[in-house]
Amino acid sequence: MGDHEVEQGTSGLKNYSEETRLMLAVRDDRDKRAFAKLFAHFGPRLKGVAMRGGLSSGQAEDVVQDVMLTIWRKAHMFDPSRAQVSSWIYQIARNRQVDVLRKENRPLPEALKAPSEDAEDDAGQVLALDQEVTALKAALAKLKPAQREMVEKAYLGELSHTDIEAETGLPLGTIKSRIRLGLEKLRHELDGIRKS
Amino acid sequence: MTIKHHIPDALLLDYASGRLSEPFALVVATHVSMCDECRARFEAHEIAGGALIEADEGAELSENLLDSVMARLDEAVEDTPVYNRSGIFPAPVMEALKGRPPKWKPLGRGVRQQILRRNESGSVRLLYIPPGLDVPDHTHGGLELTLVLQGAFSDEGGRFGVGDLELADANVEHQPVAEKGDPCICLAATDAALKFNSFVPKLLQPIFRI
Repeated sequence: MGDHEVEQGTSGLKNYSEETRLMLAVRDDRDKRAFAKLFAHFGPRLKGVAMRGGLSSGQAEDVVQDVMLTIWRKAHMFDPSRAQVSSWIYQIARNRQVDVLRKENRPLPEALKAPSEDAEDDAGQVLALDQEVTALKAALAKLKPAQREMVEKAYLGELSHTDIEAETGLPLGTIKSRIRLGLEKLRHELDGIRKS
Repeated sequence: MTIKHHIPDALLLDYASGRLSEPFALVVATHVSMCDECRARFEAHEIAGGALIEADEGAELSENLLDSVMARLDEAVEDTPVYNRSGIFPAPVMEALKGRPPKWKPLGRGVRQQILRRNESGSVRLLYIPPGLDVPDHTHGGLELTLVLQGAFSDEGGRFGVGDLELADANVEHQPVAEKGDPCICLAATDAALKFNSFVPKLLQPIFRI
């Protein structure tokens, strides 16, 4: 991985996040070592969130395999100016969980045009997105534990609202407004950072 | 095309997290395909989801998992069919139609439909309403999502043109009227059978499977 940015010769690349650089090496060079590093990074996390989403350890490992193989096979669709590796993984993982738990297909939006070939032009966009996500992570880290828990349930929790209700004993309306409060707080944090 | 009626954030998050059942997810996916504003919000939710995965402590993987995945990298894979937008139908609708044009079934008074998906959690259909026609006044058991693909309709909730999404819950009684001009074609999902308020349509409901 070390001298990949030199091979690419793209000025902004060395500033990209580690995951973005690894994913670009997978996309552009079909680099298996870079893929193994992505696996080492995301595999355990994916298993952790899949189990929290209601899957058994075995089912969660099946999801890890499917998601990572999809990342490899559909690498050409990765566009770092619009998505993080982690957000793409999130989408694929939730699709697999819907499939495993509900035996349903989740229709996805029409794909936008293929990633731009003009790396120089995109570099600024990629960095801007990276910065935005760093700010979001900082905002997440600042949430109170109860808010953090609500946000995690909203994004990573079991695949139905009724399950949330059963788990916490709170009425659905309260849950939903707490999710909204958590999100609002996220947004305000982001705004504050952007304005500073 | 100026879209005025968007996806409420709570619904968009339910879609991004995979909680929406397939009939509703199809309507949301189709709106997002037509609306850059909602696409941006949807992708922001996915980024937040990804950030939460990044922050997870993780769970230990079985020792051989990496090897078994690495061994499969060079496997030949069958191409899954990719559907593209065709005319007024964005890609998710074309996928539900399996790439073929709709096969309309008459519902009377020139109204036509094709059911795309139906399961225990609801159903989703394409509706074709001739210009100027009113759809019978109806309420429904739960959520109803209606997305305009061609033409426009108006009801108590306002005017809905191409790309606009109307969300109605069980308490809303509404009587959509299609605008003059092009026939109004909508993608509509409901999570329970529609209950029509006038006598005759109620009798016909089981026949039309609305």
